[in-house]
Amino acid sequence: MTEAAGDTGDNGKAIPRIVTSRWDLADGHTLERYLDTGGYGSLRKALESMTPAQVHEEVKAASLLGRGGAGFPAGVKWGFCPPGVFPRYLVVNGDESEPGTYKDRILMERDPHQLIEGVLIACYAIGVGQAFLYVRGEMALAQERLAQALNDAYAAGYVGRNILDSDFSVDIVLHWGAGAYIVGEETALIESLEGERGLPRLKPPFFPAAKGLYMQPTVVNNVETLANLPWVIDHGGAGFADLGAESSRGTRLFAVSGHVNRPGVYEVEFGTTTFRDLLYGAEYGDGIVDGNRLKAFIPGGASAPWFFEEHLDLPLEAGAVGAAGSMLGSGAIVVMDERTNAVKAAWRVVRFFARESCGKCTPCREGTTWLEKILRRMLDGQGRPQDVNKLLDICDNISPSITWPPKQTTICPLGPSAVSPIASALIRFQDEFFAYCGGEPVEITVPVGGKAYIAAPPTVGAPS
Amino acid sequence: MARFTAENTTLAEDIIARYPVRRSALIPLLHLAQEQDGYLTEDAMEHVAELVGVTTAQVLGTASFYEMFKREPVGDYVVNVCTNISCMLRGGEELLEHLEERLGIHAGSTTADGKFTLEDVECIAACTEAPCMQVNYRYFHRVTHDQVDELLVDLRAGKRAHEVPRHGTLSRVRQQIPEDRRAGVARPDRNVEPAWLARNSTATEAGT
Repeated sequence: MTEAAGDTGDNGKAIPRIVTSRWDLADGHTLERYLDTGGYGSLRKALESMTPAQVHEEVKAASLLGRGGAGFPAGVKWGFCPPGVFPRYLVVNGDESEPGTYKDRILMERDPHQLIEGVLIACYAIGVGQAFLYVRGEMALAQERLAQALNDAYAAGYVGRNILDSDFSVDIVLHWGAGAYIVGEETALIESLEGERGLPRLKPPFFPAAKGLYMQPTVVNNVETLANLPWVIDHGGAGFADLGAESSRGTRLFAVSGHVNRPGVYEVEFGTTTFRDLLYGAEYGDGIVDGNRLKAFIPGGASAPWFFEEHLDLPLEAGAVGAAGSMLGSGAIVVMDERTNAVKAAWRVVRFFARESCGKCTPCREGTTWLEKILRRMLDGQGRPQDVNKLLDICDNISPSITWPPKQTTICPLGPSAVSPIASALIRFQDEFFAYCGGEPVEITVPVGGKAYIAAPPTVGAPS
Repeated sequence: MARFTAENTTLAEDIIARYPVRRSALIPLLHLAQEQDGYLTEDAMEHVAELVGVTTAQVLGTASFYEMFKREPVGDYVVNVCTNISCMLRGGEELLEHLEERLGIHAGSTTADGKFTLEDVECIAACTEAPCMQVNYRYFHRVTHDQVDELLVDLRAGKRAHEVPRHGTLSRVRQQIPEDRRAGVARPDRNVEPAWLARNSTATEAGT
C-alpha cells in the first residue's frame, strides 16, 4: 500500500523507452536528475538551432498521434491555428479519467520536467503566448510534483521570460479541475478553464484551433503526447517515425489492468506487439489470474468496443484495431476472465457514463440514465424479456445503427461511449442477458452494425 | 462561514493575476476556499464572486457541477473507494463494503463523529493498482482489508498527517512565478505575434 507504486515498463526488449526512461529513478521528478539525464537538451537544441517552423516539421514528420484517445496527429492539429491571429494558447490535458486509463498521472508524478519540456517545445513551435497545464483535481501528488518542477524550472531559467536567454518567453500556469470526467473533452476543458461548468461546445462551426480559450486559437494536447516531444526533437521526426507501425508511429503506454497476473503500465512499440503478448507475455501481463480463460478485454478505455479471444493476435496499432471494430483509445486494456459477469461488467461501465454525462444533450443525459437503470433492475432480479431489445433501442437512439466508429446524436462522444459496453456484452453473451430477463431466448430485432460487436456468430436472433 | 482571510485574499489576487481573464481563476479560488474551511461556505463563494467579478449564482453554478466541491461540511477524512471496472474486477466493491461495515455508514455519508466521509467513486486512474482508494485525495494502491483497518486506526489517532493532509488541501506546494521571470499574461484582445515567431516567419509562412 504505497503511493506511486506500480510496475514499470521494464520489458527487457531493445526498444527505446521514450517516455518512461526516468520511471525507475527514485528522484526522476527532480530538476537535478532531469538535467543529469539529458533534460532540457531538446529545448536548448530547438531554441539554438531550429526555427519554430522546423520544430513543427519534425513533429509532423514523426506522425505523432494524440495520446488522449482520439488519436489525431499532433503536428496537423497545430497547423490548424489560423495565420496572423494571436495570442495562441496551449492547454495541456491532464484530466485523465477514462476508466482503465492510468498513464498521464504517472508521467506527471514521476517525470514532470519531461512534460514541461514538451510543453515548451510545443509553445515555441506554435507561437503560444501562454500555456495552461490542466491537471485532474483528484491528483494531488501530480499537482505537487508539477508545482515543484515548475518553480524549479522558472528559477533555473527554463520557463518564463527570455527562456535560456533567448527571445522565447512563455508562462506555464498550473491549474487543476475539481472532479468531472467530461472535462477531458477538449472544449469542455476550455469551458472549465474559463471558470464555467464543463459542458462541451457545439462544433462546428468553431474548433479550438481557430476559436478556443477566450475565443482565441488554442491547441489542446494530452500529457503523453507532449511528453514525447523532447525525444522527437532529440532524435528527429524521422527517428521517431522509424519506430512502430504504418498507422501509429513510436511507442505507446498501455495500462493492463483487471484479471492478469502482472497488472502494470508498459511502454510498447506500436505494431510489433500483439494483445496476446501484452496479456500473456511474462514481461507484461503474464497470463490470466488463476490460470483462468479469457472472457473479454477492453482494448482502449471504457468507451471502446470489447475484444475477445479471436482478437488476441491483432498488433497494437491503430489501423489494425480500427479495422477490427474498436480502438486503442487511451491505451487502457481491461482484462476480464471467464468468471466475470458480463451483465454486471456492462452495468458498471454504463453507470460511469450515466454519472458523468454533463446533461447538455438529451440522448446522452436520458439515454445513459435509462440504460443504467435497466441494467441495474436486471441485476436486481427484475429483468423483463423486452429489456434486451429495449437496451439496444436506447443505444440506437444515442448512436444510430450502433456502428463503429459511432455515429452520434450528441455534441460529444460521451453518450455513444455507453453504447460500446452494452452492444459488446449483449451480442456476445446473449445467454447471460436472457438469464436475467425471464430466462428464455429473445429474438434480437434491433440492428447492430459495429464489427467487433458482431464478430462472433450470434447464437440466437441474428441481427436483421 | 468565512470569507477569505487576509493572507488568502492576497494569495487569491496572486492567482487571479496569472490569468488573462479573471473568471478563469474561479475554480482555483474555490479550491482555496475549500482548503481554508474544509468545504465551500456561502460567504466564501460570495467572496470568490466579488474577486473574479461574477455573480454568486454563477459561482454556485460552476461549483455545483464539480464533484470535489462540497457545499456542506464533510468528515476530516474523505475516503474515496473506486468501484469502476478495473477495481470491480479486483475487489473494489468488497473493499467498499468492508469500509461501510467498519465505519458503520453507507457510501455517501459521514460518521457521527465527523471523522470520515465515505464515497463510492468513479475511476481515479490507478487501474493497474486495483483495488485502490484515496483519503483526502492521497492514493492507496492494492489495498487489503487489513491495511484499511490499520489505516483507520492511524487516522483516528491523528497519525499520518504528513501523508494525508486535511480535507481541502490538494498540492502542498504552491506555484510561484517570480516577478523577474514572469513572461506575463497573453491578453486575448492584443493581437501581437510573439517575438520569436515574428523573427522567423516569412510572409508566406505567416507563423504556422
